[in-house]
Order: sequence, then structure tokens, then C-alpha cells
Amino acid sequence: MSTSVLEAPDRSPAPGGRVGGGLLDPKQLMASLPGAFAKLNPATLWRNPVMFIVEIGAASTTVLAILDPSVFAWAIVVWLWLTVVFANLAEAVAEGRGKAQAATLRAAKRDTTGRRLKSWTAGARTLEWDVVGAPELRQGDHVIVEAGEVIPGDGDVVEGIASVDESAITGESAPVIRESGGDRSAVTGGTKVLSDRVIVRITQKPGESFIDRMIALVEGANRQKTPNEIALNILLAALTIIFLVATVTMQPLAIYSKGQNPGVPDSLALDANGVTGVVLVSLLVCLIPTTIGALLSAIGIAGMDRLVQRNVLAMSGRAVEAAGDVNTLLLDKTGTITLGNRQASEFVPVEGVTGAELARAAQLASLADETPEGRSVVVYAKQEYGLREREPGELAHAEWIAFTAQTRMSGVDVDGRQVRKGAATSVMKWVRDNGGHPTGDVGHLVDGISASGGTPLVVGEVTGGTARVLGVIHLKDVVKEGMRERFDEMRRMGIRTVMITGDNPLTAKAIADEAGVDDFLAEATPEDKLALIKKEQEGGRLVAMTGDGTNDAPALAQADVGVAMNTGTSAAKEAGNMVDLDSNPTKLIEIVEIGKQLLITRGALTTFSIANDIAKYFAIIPAMFAAVYPGLDTLNVMRLHSPQSAILSAVVFNALVIVVLIPLALRGVRYRPSSASKLLSRNLYLYGLGGIIAPFAGIKLIDLLIHFLPGMS
Amino acid sequence: MTTTTAGIVFIASLVIALGLAYRPIGDHMYRVYTSTRHLAVERGVYRLIGVRPDAEQPWNVYARALLAFSAISILVVYGMQRLQDRLFLSLGLPPVTDHIAWNTAISFVTNTNWQAYSGESTMGHLVQMSALAVQNFVSAAVGMAVAVALVRGFARRRSDTIGNFWVDLVRGTLRVLLPIAVVGALVLVAGGVIQNFASPHVVNTLTGGTQAITGGPVASQEVIKELGTNGGGFYNANSAHPFENPTTWTNWLEIFLLLLIPFGLTRTFGRMVGQVRQGYAILAVMVTLALLSVVLINVFELSGHATVPQAVGAAMEGKEVRFGVADSATFAAATTLTSTGAVDSFHDSFTPLGGMMTMFTMMLGEVAPGGTGSGLYGMLVLAVITVFVAGLMVGRTPEYLGKKIGSREIKLASLYFLVTPVLVLVGTAAAMGNASGLAAMLNRGPHGFSEILYAFTSAANNNGSAFAGVTVNTPWYDVALGLCMAFGRFLPIVFVLALAGSLARQAPVPQSAGTLPTHRPQFVGMVVGVTVVLVALTFLPALALGPLAEGLS
Repeated sequence: MSTSVLEAPDRSPAPGGRVGGGLLDPKQLMASLPGAFAKLNPATLWRNPVMFIVEIGAASTTVLAILDPSVFAWAIVVWLWLTVVFANLAEAVAEGRGKAQAATLRAAKRDTTGRRLKSWTAGARTLEWDVVGAPELRQGDHVIVEAGEVIPGDGDVVEGIASVDESAITGESAPVIRESGGDRSAVTGGTKVLSDRVIVRITQKPGESFIDRMIALVEGANRQKTPNEIALNILLAALTIIFLVATVTMQPLAIYSKGQNPGVPDSLALDANGVTGVVLVSLLVCLIPTTIGALLSAIGIAGMDRLVQRNVLAMSGRAVEAAGDVNTLLLDKTGTITLGNRQASEFVPVEGVTGAELARAAQLASLADETPEGRSVVVYAKQEYGLREREPGELAHAEWIAFTAQTRMSGVDVDGRQVRKGAATSVMKWVRDNGGHPTGDVGHLVDGISASGGTPLVVGEVTGGTARVLGVIHLKDVVKEGMRERFDEMRRMGIRTVMITGDNPLTAKAIADEAGVDDFLAEATPEDKLALIKKEQEGGRLVAMTGDGTNDAPALAQADVGVAMNTGTSAAKEAGNMVDLDSNPTKLIEIVEIGKQLLITRGALTTFSIANDIAKYFAIIPAMFAAVYPGLDTLNVMRLHSPQSAILSAVVFNALVIVVLIPLALRGVRYRPSSASKLLSRNLYLYGLGGIIAPFAGIKLIDLLIHFLPGMS
Repeated sequence: MTTTTAGIVFIASLVIALGLAYRPIGDHMYRVYTSTRHLAVERGVYRLIGVRPDAEQPWNVYARALLAFSAISILVVYGMQRLQDRLFLSLGLPPVTDHIAWNTAISFVTNTNWQAYSGESTMGHLVQMSALAVQNFVSAAVGMAVAVALVRGFARRRSDTIGNFWVDLVRGTLRVLLPIAVVGALVLVAGGVIQNFASPHVVNTLTGGTQAITGGPVASQEVIKELGTNGGGFYNANSAHPFENPTTWTNWLEIFLLLLIPFGLTRTFGRMVGQVRQGYAILAVMVTLALLSVVLINVFELSGHATVPQAVGAAMEGKEVRFGVADSATFAAATTLTSTGAVDSFHDSFTPLGGMMTMFTMMLGEVAPGGTGSGLYGMLVLAVITVFVAGLMVGRTPEYLGKKIGSREIKLASLYFLVTPVLVLVGTAAAMGNASGLAAMLNRGPHGFSEILYAFTSAANNNGSAFAGVTVNTPWYDVALGLCMAFGRFLPIVFVLALAGSLARQAPVPQSAGTLPTHRPQFVGMVVGVTVVLVALTFLPALALGPLAEGLS
């Protein structure tokens, strides 16, 4: 049996959770070169119409250069081919990263076997099994997995509890607990049980395991173009057609113009047959949006890859795009907005009781309370009142009363003194039952704490036959640090945040106010969640949410972006369109940012690509026609050396800019959450204005270098 | 007053007058196109043509009705020209030759009013009044109907229909164009424009020859020629003819009329989508582009860089002395910015760069403010393309007025945008690569080429004005330009209506801080930039070999 320990894929989320970039290694470029050449195959390249036209142009200029060779023609031919190769390189590099990850995952798929149980029923004492290969397992089969064994397929734990090493898929080496029932029952094939024994019901179809899907996703094997990518492709195709028409229809005009000036000698750019083929193709390639055409698919692949780097698996590119469009985020309170549990934050004694007295009683009553709330009372007493934490065993004769859901109290009976701490109603009833009369004071304290969104716990005692209330403990949800700033950012991005909680509306409102979310849903049931999502969607909004439980599944399926926690149930993972392997609900915010970044990168590079054309015209038009109409030399604002060097410089710039922008395409443009107007201004200046200016400088620079080449004058 | 000051006063007073008229005309059209009540006369028309005015149409039915109506219109106009000698009020003129009649029929039905003939010596009064003038009204109303249908696409939610073509057509004609035309015609008559049925008047000229001066119902045709951005003159000389446009202030009024509805429709748009400021933003784009071109044409004409203007001190060739350079330049800008094509001076005689600007304003797609209706829908399509690129840069699926711009929308917008450049460039190239095309050229060199480029730009964009210098009443040009006019009009209309249908079906997305605001100067600047850059990139090679080569030498 294969029990090889897998090396976790190298994942290093950017500090501060901001969407950062991956690095581009020159080695990676070299490694992707063969792939880039393989992609020259027209049978695959035609899917990218812009680059396909460049390839046709490159092929036809090759023929022209063979028929009528010159240094200039061959230089153009080489650079046109390089333009296509660079475009392919961008895609190959983007795919290469996924392939590396897929290889790691494949290792986890190595032949495992499983012990398939014969006719398992819950609670069965005797188990019989036969050993079968993992591919033979069907949905509904039960397998038994013990410490040291690899789980043979995806499924739910139906009996037992075990610690599981899931580093093969999550990259996280700390083991996780998987147990039957509840929301932590899902296990993934290829992960390894470290302790104990569980019985797993297989839920996957053969060959459709989670790891299979992961491999397909990171490899981009069945990558579909996303709606927005399709729309952008249409626009690029339209621009390509326009420039194709503009270039082709120029020919009769050029012939006419040349004919009107018979004294002008033929040149490499213009002769009696009009603009020469090589120059015409050069102009066309420079004008059509090659930059964005070359990088478009790399941007999409890299977007998915950025999610994978953050341990999020998107089941479709569509989901990633939808993330950028999200209008409403549904966030679970616990774990996302607040730290796991409520904590004691104040002891409020009633009149006649000192704080220290109350603290001592509260601590005493909580020693036997192992709930997180109980622990926090002990911790708070120690922090604020310096009370040493005592072990229950320290006090002799003490009778400990543990917290139960029925009594809703915990406490201790020691030396004739009874101390209790618990839910307000329970403790007050206990005090009354013992002959005490809680003062109105207590009621006020309890109501005050409730109104502020806290949870009041009342502490009471019975000594020498008198029962009384000592005071109230204020339990409070602790909002995670930095959440308010995060939500303010969201608001600036136009995203509404809604907190989902099972708390009562009063408590919910207090936490919502403190955390700075826009809205909350209190006492939420799964049905409420689903209804809320539907309501938002009816208003045309896109909704994102996270979930892990089986009862979250309908809501996850309904949401436009449903992020299932990897720790969750198979049903939840099946329903969502993303899975967070780290099971960190806060990550939803990062997912939204990555979605936005993906779209911005596309828009920015499209703008850049179109803006580039202006400078290219200033280089090529005078180069073609200044001979017949000397006035057009006025347009040669860059003062390029010669017609040949001008045209070649434009073509070289056009090719090089693709390589220069590959890292940007893979990393995505910088994104800071801010309003649409600010984002647009920034990107317009950078990629619009920059796109106009950069090629003037770039082409001039290239011209300065290449005008030394032979054949350039 | 110096020429420059006079020019500035002329432009400024126009801007003020249009500003004052903007809200009333825009609001009036808003009421016309959203009202549920039918006038008695309208009911009569609906009964006559057999349509149910309250039945709404999906986009394809709307488009079919529009195309059928236009096809029948072409047949009627063609037939009346061919049978002119058998009809009354023909002034004894013979039937119009087939290719000219065909070209003219398309020209007037497509709101182009390209005239391959000389008005007063080809068409009798009946053809002028009941074929051509009627088309001046209804072709304008068709453009407005399409614009309103597109606006409904933005305004409606989850709707399968975009209005009723017949209702939009009838209301646009009877409630918008006709009342203004009646008042306008009276004012023009007061200003000296003629309106009679007089027979040609033969006079002896100073040089001893004789000249037949044709009278006719000019004022009534003149007013709709401008108001409906048609441009087809009663006389060959068009608005340069003293019977059509006698004085500086009738000249002013004609410019005012041709800009009135196209600008006003942006207000109608704002009202209909429930956000007046969106209408103002579109207006701002139009005004920016219009002022840029008015100023540039004025600068090029007043500074007159060509040889002759420098010799005589001003570029007066081809301009009427009674209007002067500045007013003529402003008229030229207005007529090419809209799809009017009426002229009060000869664009062919403009300085090369001034002439180039008149071409460039048409190449913009006539969107600033463009033809009646066609200007607004053209501009909205450009806004959609801008929103698409800009929207991506704010990290969301682009949306305009709450409607998502997905692949279907961008496909239709791209197709719309492709039509006219392809027609202009392919048409020009065909003419330049073809013996029949070259044979018609009266000038050589870059200027000769500019004349051809202008002709195809004008036809494909449904402008109708012309650089002279090309003998266009040949079968080849009549057919080629006729096809440009027909495709340049109806293909974009079909794409716009399909876009309207696709937008109307969507439920609007609510606005948020993450939505690209489309009412701010930032967006206005972007639409201006995208429009100018796209057009410049498309046409620069052609312009370089024509007006630029001439102007920069």
C-alpha cells in the first residue's frame, strides 16, 4: 500500500492578505519555450483569432522574403514569428505553473487500495471486508480505514473519529479531525489517517474524485472561456476586422498616390504595386490588438492560479468572474467576524458585593465548566483580579456541578457553600428556589448587558441558608481585529456585507454595529439564508457566501459565489462553486479581490493595447508615404532614422511589449479596494495615457539601436 | 465687429438658444413617446394602415415593420420619379433616369439626401413635395423611433417588447416634426425664403444671356430639410441659394433647427431612463465633440493655410459673401456633425485641413449630436463600447444604466460600429481601384482622392453633403453610393434594435459604489476619447493620403 508522504505544493500567500503576485522565474520562461513553439500549430492557434492573423501574416511575409530577400524583409519576418511565439509563451508559462501543481497532486493519486466492507450497517459489531483497488469503489460502498492507511476515495465518515493528514491537498501539515455526524465528516481520497479508525461511505463516482477535479482545474485541461472573456474576444475580433479593412483598403489608395507622383523612385515600402506586402503585414500586425490578444488567455489561467495559490479551488472560471461582480457578501458571524466564542469581559457586582468577591465566586463556579465561555471566566478572573487558577482537585470535599444544556448552570458545593453561575433565568430560579429574593438591581444589570449585545451570566450563592445573587458576568463576542477596516473597504468597493448569526436580533445588532457590517440576519436558519439570497438576487444583486454544513448546501448552490469549507460536508463541497482548502471564511474577501483583479487586468491591457496604436501610426504612415507626399514627414514626430528602421522598430516594439507584460498578466495589475471612479482614474492614467506615451519612447529607443543594422537606410 | 468676433457671437448665440430650447423640446418628446393617449387624427391613421396602436412589439417585429415601411417608401419615391411626366405639377420635366431615381429614392428614405441630380432642373413640384418632402418627415421620424426604442431597452426591465414602430413613427411625425415645421416655415418665409407654385421665371442676365429662375414651395421643404437633419435642397445650390437661405439670420435659424432635435433627444433619453443626469452626460459628450470640431473648422478656415486664401486674406472661395467665413464654417460643422448634409458653402473649397474636419466629423459616425435619432443611438452604442472597456478597469462585468454589457450586447455594438467604416473604406477603395470610379474624378492628386473619400463617407454615414469634383450621376456611383446609403442606414438600425431587445429583457443591476458612474466628467471624457481614438485609428491611413497630404505640404 502506498503511504508516501507528499510534499506540499509551495504556497506563500502574500503578507497582509492583499492580492499579491506570483513570481516569474526566467527558468520558467525557458522551460515553457518548447510549449510555446508547439502552440504555433494553426489547428490550435485559430482559437485565438488575433494571434492567428499574426501567424498568417508571418507565414505570408516569409514567402515574400524568400521570393524577394532583403535584410529588412527578413528582420520583419523574424520579429513577426517572434510575436506569435511570445504570445504562446505567455500562455505556456501560465499553464506551466498549473502543470507543476498537478504533478504534485497526481502523486497522491497513486494506486491505493481500500478495505471494502460487506454489508455494513450502523453499529455492526463484526466487520468483514475484502481488499479492492480504489478505482473499483462505487458510490455507497463503505470502507474501513485505520491509522497509517490512505483513504481510498472521497466520502463521509459514518462511524468513528480520526485525525487525518490532509497535506496532500491543502499543503497544511497539521492533522485535522474527522468524525461521523456533524459538519466535519467529509474526507478526501488520497489523504492519510494518522490515528484511530473510521468507516467511510464513498460518495464519489470512480474517476471523479476531488483530486481528479483539482488536477483538471489547475492544469486548465477543460478550461472554458468565461462570459466576459468571450465578450472581450468579440470586441478584439471587431477591432481586428476594422484594422484589416483599413489596411487592405489602403492598397488602391496607395497605388493611386504612387501613380500621381511618377517621379518618386520605388522603395522597400512603396512601389508601383502599392505598399509592399511585408510593410502592409507589418502595419496590420502593429494595429490589431496583439498585446491583449496575446495575453488574454494567460490572464485567465493566472487568475485561477492565484486562487489556487491561496488554497482556493474554483470549479469554473465563471465563478471567479462572478466573484468580481459580487454586490452582497454573506458572512457567518462566528469564525469570520468574531473570534470563535464569547469571552468574559466584565464582572458587575450587585450592591453590597465587591468586584473581587464576585470574581472569586465566578471563578469558583466556572472551574468545572469546560465550555469556552466557562474557561474565559477563569481566564478573566486571573487577568483582572489576579486570582490563581485552581484545579478542581485542589479543593477537598468539593462537589462539582458541571454545565449541562438542561440545567444551564455550573458550580460547586464546598464547605456548606453552594455557588452557581449560568443563564440568568436558571440562576435566578435557583436562588428563589432556595428562598432568596433577587433584587430588581439584578434584572436591570441583566437587561443592560443583553441590550448592549452581550450575554449575561448570573452568579449566585447559598451560604448558611440564605440565597442571594452576587452579580453578573458580561460575556461578549470579540470582533476580530481589522474587520471594521475590511468592511469599510468593501463599502468603498460597493459591496454590502451582511452578517449571519443564530443570535437574537439585539445581540446581533450590537455585534453588527461593532464590526461595521451593513446589515445582519439574526436567528438565521438555513431557510432564512436561502430566502435572503433569493431576495438579493431578485434585485439583480450577485451574492457570495461561505458555508460548511449540509444544511448550507441549498444556499451555497443558490449563491452566485458559494465557497465551501474543505472541512465541511461533501454535500456542501458539492453545492458550492469554490472550495477553500484552508477553511478560512475570511478568505471570501480575497476571492472577491482576485475576481476584480482579473477583470481589471483585462481592461487595462486592452486599453494599453489600443492606446499603443497611436504611436505606431506616427511611425509607419510617414515611413510608407513621406516619399510621395513629403508633407507627411511632419507626422514623423519621433524623427526615426529611415522608413525601414521605423517600420521594424514598430514591429519589434509590438513583439517585445508582450514579453514585458507577461509578468503583469500573470500577477494581475495592482488592485487596491477603492471606489470605481478612483480605480478608473488610476488605470486610465497608467494604461491609457501610459499606453499612448510608452510606445513613442520605446519605438524611438529601438530605432536608435537598430539603425546601425545593415539595410536600414 | 471683426470677423472673429462676429463668428464668436454667432456661435455663442446659437449655444444659448439651443440651451434655452433644450428642456422644452426634450420634455415634449419625452411626453410624446411615453404617453398612452392617442390623438383622434392618429387613431385615423392607425385604422387606415390597420395597426393596433396599443400592441407592443418585440425587437424583431419592430425591425420588420421598419424595414417594410422603408422598402415601400423606396418603391413609392422611385415610382413617382419615374412617372413624373405623367403626373401633374411636373413643370414639364421628363422622368428621372433609372439609376438616379433609384439612388434618390434610397437617399431620401435613408435620411441621407445625397443628391446625384440638380434639384430645380430634375424634380417637379409634386415629386419634391409628396415624395421627397414626405420622406424628409418620415425618415427623420424613423430615426427618432429607433433611438426611442433603444432608450426603452435601457429603461425597461424584463420586457420582451420595445414599443410599437407605427405609433412611434406617427407620433414623431405628427406631434414633433410637423408642428415645429409649420412654425419654422412661417418664420423662414418672413425671413425671405420663397413659398409659391410659380412657373419658372426667365430673366435676362447682365452678360446678356437668359436664365430660368424656378420658384416653388421652398420654405416648407427647407424647414424640414434642417429640422429632420435631411439636407436635400430644393435647389442644387442648397442652403447657399438665396431663395433657400437669404440672410445671416435665416442661416442662423437653419443651424438652430438642424441641431434642435438631436440635442433635445438626450434630454428625452435622461427622462425616459429616469436619470436626467445620464442624458446630460451624453449631451456633454456631444457638445464637447461638436465644439471641438466647430472651433477647429473655424480656425482652419479663418487662418487659411492654402495659397489662394493667403493671397486674398481669407478662404472665401466657395463661400457666400453674405455669410462670411465664420458663419459658413459653423454651418459646415453643424451639417456634418448631424446627418444633415445641407450646405451653405462648398466644402470642397475649404482649406485641406478644414475639409478634413468636415470628413472627420462625419467619420465620428455623426453622433455629435448626429441625425434625428440616429445621433442618439450612435452615441449610446459608443457609450456601450466605452463602458465595456472602462467597466473592466473597475473590476466588474461592465454595465450601463444598470444593464450588463455581456457578449451579446458587445457583439451587436461591435457590429454596429463596424458597418460604416467598412462601407466607407471598401467603397473608397473600390472607387480608387476601378476604372469607372477613377473616370469620374475631375481633380487629381490628394485632393481628387479626398473628393471620393468624402463622397463615400457622406453616403455611408447618411450625411448627404458632397465635396464637388466627382461626376457622381454615373450608374457606377449611383449604385455604389446607393448601396452605401442603404447598408449604412439599415444594418446599424437592425443591430440597434436587436441591442434594444437584448437590453430590455434584462433586469437592471442596482448601482453601488463599485459601479462605474456614467454621469461624471470622467466618463464624458472617456467616451470622447474612445470615439476620437477609434475613428482616428480607423481612418488615419485614408486621411493621410488625402487631406493630410494636401494640408501638410
